[in-house]
Parts: sequence; C-alpha cells; structure tokens
Amino acid sequence: MRKAEIIMAFVLGLFSLGLMWKSGEPPSWNPDIPRFANIGFIEGEGPGSGFWPFWLSLIMLLCCVWIGINWFNRRSPPSRSEEPFLDGYGIRMFVVVGGGLLGFLILIPILGYYGAIPLFLIYYIRFLGKHSWTATLSISIGIPVFSFFFFDIAMRIVLPKGYLEPLFIPLYDIFL
Amino acid sequence: MDILYSLLNGILIALEPINLGLAVLGVIVGLFVGAMPGLGSVNGVAILLPFTFVIQSITGGATSPMIFLASIYYGAMYGGAISSITLGIPGASTAVATTFDGRPLALSGKAHIALVTAALASFAGGTISTVLFTGFAPLLASVALSFGNPEVFALMLLAFATFVGLGGDDIPKTIFSICIGLVLATVGFDIISGEPRLIPKIPFSDQPIIGFMHGFRFLVLAIGVYGIGEMLWTINTSRDGTSMSTVDVSAKSIFAAIKDFKNAWRGTLIGSSLGFFVGILPAAGATPGALMSYGVAKLSAKKPDEFGKGAIDGVAAPESANNSASTGAMLPMMTLGIPGSPTTAVLLAGMVIWGLQPGPLLFTNQPEFVWPLIGSFYISNIIAVLVNLAFIPIFLWMLRMPFTILAPVIFVLSLVGTYAAYLDNFDVNLMVLVGVIAFLLRILDYPLAPAVLAIVLGPIAEPKLRQSLLLSDGDFSIFFTRPIAGPITVVALILILLPVLKWIRGLFLTRT
Repeated sequence: MRKAEIIMAFVLGLFSLGLMWKSGEPPSWNPDIPRFANIGFIEGEGPGSGFWPFWLSLIMLLCCVWIGINWFNRRSPPSRSEEPFLDGYGIRMFVVVGGGLLGFLILIPILGYYGAIPLFLIYYIRFLGKHSWTATLSISIGIPVFSFFFFDIAMRIVLPKGYLEPLFIPLYDIFL
Repeated sequence: MDILYSLLNGILIALEPINLGLAVLGVIVGLFVGAMPGLGSVNGVAILLPFTFVIQSITGGATSPMIFLASIYYGAMYGGAISSITLGIPGASTAVATTFDGRPLALSGKAHIALVTAALASFAGGTISTVLFTGFAPLLASVALSFGNPEVFALMLLAFATFVGLGGDDIPKTIFSICIGLVLATVGFDIISGEPRLIPKIPFSDQPIIGFMHGFRFLVLAIGVYGIGEMLWTINTSRDGTSMSTVDVSAKSIFAAIKDFKNAWRGTLIGSSLGFFVGILPAAGATPGALMSYGVAKLSAKKPDEFGKGAIDGVAAPESANNSASTGAMLPMMTLGIPGSPTTAVLLAGMVIWGLQPGPLLFTNQPEFVWPLIGSFYISNIIAVLVNLAFIPIFLWMLRMPFTILAPVIFVLSLVGTYAAYLDNFDVNLMVLVGVIAFLLRILDYPLAPAVLAIVLGPIAEPKLRQSLLLSDGDFSIFFTRPIAGPITVVALILILLPVLKWIRGLFLTRT
C-alpha cells in the first residue's frame, strides 16, 4: 500500500502537469497565439479560457507534492500501511468482475442492451454468485423486460439494440 | 389576512378531485423517475410536458398542468434519496450529499432509518419552504436579485470550503478531489470565449476525441464513482457479504424509525432554511443547497466525526435542503422569470406555452393561477410523504437480495442509466473507466464525493469568477469589499486555510 501511495501521487502529479500544459493550448484556428497566453487576464476580455483550469491544475500538482511529503513523514494511513494494495482475492475479483463489465461493454454494439444485459446477469448471478437457474433466469429476463417498458415505451428513450433491432419492430408496432 | 384567505382558497382549488388526482399521479411518477439512476426531475418534467397540453385542454386553465408538473418535481426530489440510500448511486446531483451518510446507514443494516428520515426530512423541508414562499415571496425575490456575480462566486467558494471539512483527515487528497472535479467540468468548449479546452486528441493524430467535445458530463463521474467504483470497493472489502441484507422491513421498525425522527431535528432545520435560501438564488439551486446544508450540519454538530459514517443528521440536512431548495427555485422563476435550475427552466417554458407571463406582475395579474399552485405545494408534500412511506418496505425488500444479485443489477442500472441520460455509448464506456480509476483511488483513501459535487458546481463558479474579475478589471478585492460577498469570502478562506495551517503546525511538531 505504501508503494502504491507514492506511485499514485507521482502519476497524478504528472497528470496535473499534463493538464497545465493542455490548459495553455492556443485555439486551433489561431496558432500564432503563444502557449499560456490565455492563463492570465486579457485586456478587455477578462481572464482567458485557460485561467481557471491552469491554476486549478497547479493546485492539484501542489497537492500531489503535499501527499508526497505526508508519505515521507508517514502521516497518512496508506503510507503507514503494510498491507498489499490488492491481495490475491482483490486481483481475482478485479479481473472477474472487471472482465464481465468489459464483456458487457463489448457486447452492447453487437447485441444491444437487451441482448447484453441477460448475458451479463447470467454470467454474474449464475457463474459468480452460484444462484439457482430459476433465480438467475427470472432476474435476467425480468430486468430487460422492465427496462424496455420503462425506457423505450414509457420514457421514449430508445436503447441501442445492435443486430437484434428487427426483433423489436413488432413490439414497437404493438406498444408505440 | 389577504394572504391567508387567498391561500385557503388556493388549497381548496388544489383539493378538487382532478387536481388531487393529478398531484397523486405526478408524485408517483416523480418518485420512480427520481429513484431511477440517471433520471432526475428534469427528465420527468420534460418528457411529460406535452402531456400537460391534454390536461389543459380538459381543465381549461394553466393551474392543473402546473400542479401535475410541480408534483413530479416534488416526487423526484423524494425519489432521489431512494437510489442514494438503497443502491448507493446518486441518481441526480441533488441527492449526492444524501449518499455520504445514507449509504453507510444502509451498509450497517439501518436502511429503514435512513429512508424514513429522508422522507420525513423532505416533508419538513418542503413544508417549511412553502410557508416561507407563501409569506415572503416578493421580498425574497428582491434579496435574491441583490446577489451579483461576486456574491454567487463567494457562495460557491464557501461550498468548496465546506468540502475541505467533509473529506476526512487527508486534506491534500480532498483539495485534489475538488480541483479535479472543477477541471473536468471545463472540458469541452469555453462558454465565454468559445475556445476548445482540454479536449484530448486521438493518439498519433491531430483529431480531437469527439466524445469529449460536449464536455465531461456530471453523471459519467457520479455513476462511475458510486455505481462502479464504490461497488467494486464494496465487493473487495466485504468478503463475507455485506450486512445490508440484515435490514428490518417490518412495519414496527418503520414506525420506530418515524418516532426516532425527532433526533434529526437539527439537520432538518438547517437544511430547510439554508436550502430554501440557496434555492432562490439565480443559478444556484438544490445541489449547492444540499451540500452546504450537509457541511453546516457537520461543522455545527456535537460529534462531527460521526458524519460520513452514518449520522442521521447527515441524511436529514441534505434531504430537507433539496426539497426546500426546489420550492425556493420556483420563486425566482415565478416572480422574476429567471429559472434557477434545468427543471424550473422547463416549468417556465410550460408557463409561457400555457399563456402565462412569469415576472413581478404574476402575483397581481394571475392570482387564480398562483394561489392554487402554492396550495398544491402543501398538498403535494403531504401526498409525497405518504406515498414515499408506503413504498419504503418495497425499497427495503430490494436490499434483502443477496449481494451477488444486487451488485450486477446495480451495474446494469448504472450502464443503462448513463445511456438514458445522454444517449451516447462513449459516455457509458467512459463511465466504466472512471469507475475503475475511482476504485483504485478509493483504496488509497482519496475522497471522491468532493469531485462529484465540484463537477456540478464548476460550471456555475467559473463564469461567476471570470465575470466578477472582468467587472473589477482583474482586481480580486471585489470579493472582499462588497457587503455580502466580503464576509462570505472571509469565512470560506478561514475554513480552507485552517486545516492547511494545522498541517504546517503538525509538520513542525513532527520535526521537533
């Protein structure tokens, strides 16, 4: 955990520096303006477009230095902790659940929400949660059916359906 | 006396069967829309606006359609707390502060107490603000008008200062969290100069990533942090299952929780008064109101350490405040024609379409519209609290599901909710990425609630700061010399600097 604390502070510090650099960017239609010309007060216009994000990013950078000092002095709980950042269970959980979510995201453009939701729920409830098929199927079918009537029919928010779109046309004819 | 007579008359009109029926329907619709992650009062009001034309053609006036929409608005404010407490996902920005203590209460098996407190605090907030609205509408509207750019920025600064107190012991991480929220809010196009800002480019190309051009959206961060990040963290830390499933759903426990509401009087009072005042300010609204009430309730508490761990006042303050502010936000809309929030903007559009002219003369020219509407605020509040209390066992029953069922359902709702809010799969993917980063940061004790609130307040605060500095020709003393802005700025700076000075003192003590 101690090592992770300083690595994270370093990464966030770099990120803050990147944001400072990016805040000073001139607009693409006028590349003659020098970088960082927009972070101060512009006569007649007030503070430039980079003013607010630049100085806030600087504060972020200073906070990362502050976190670093606290780490050195062992003043924050993670900098004192001897526990691992993620133990074996944590890594396994992260891979299994995160992988499931990633699969869900990949399936959305192909099968749409109403195809991806049941597959994700079956994966999680049946294979990770080890629940009965009755519980698994009733939830895996119930949630997309409820979502369809709530979002597509009642709220008129049409969720993407991917290649399954033709299957829904008869339903639209009935309910819309 | 005139006011009382008009109000009584208004209440009687609001109690007519058609208006009462519309209020009940509106509250139920609002409750469910508000409870659904990704959807808030603005969705409910906007989607059902066309339906009000049908109501108008049946009833012939603007009163019934407005009662219907106002009831949806109220119902959604009550509903927002439900997903914050039971699922841990704030469906709307107004309910973010409710998550701070509502979620720990649910995790420790006390979800019924949190839900009952939220319902009753919402009722108290809604009723107190309606009384204030009834008695002082024109006077308060003129006070709100005296809040210019520096005053509103000073108020935002005070809101950020209360964050520093909210974030626990690790001050640099809290300040970092506030700043990252504010910086993410600037992604997209600068509304003052029109220049693109912080839009990342596709690697090895000069083309910007299109998905960032509309800005970094609030729900992407909120649902990412709470729906994905917090859930991953809960799965990682509570390895034997969470204790949410031990929640008591019996009627007896709910009645006991109603009796215990007296313990939350302090938070309710702070939320009701402060929420109303922040709500009437143009461009402020229910989110800063709820947050500031939470901050003030914490700062003035006898045991501030309990906040964030399941303090009952930590639920009562933001919940009473968001309801109080939603009534408050109606005030500038009706008396000045200035909407204080997206929802009131839709309501304003409705009023104009129904042939009304919001503004200072509305109260004198259209009393037959104004008083029944105010009357309906009282009635809607009573209906909303009754409907909400009646539905609590159903919401609690959800919590009794095993965590291995609840977790994937929350993941699904998070993804669907984000898509429903913005209709963009880029935002859904970004939300999951944000959730994973939030999980890693959460392990290292980075508080992320301040970032979520900062991304909401950033777009209000930045233009106010820049316009104030334009007004003063770049002189920061404008925030100290004006009679209202000055004291607020000084209090905010003291709140921010105190922990910094404490840290420096601690550093020297460590050395010696």
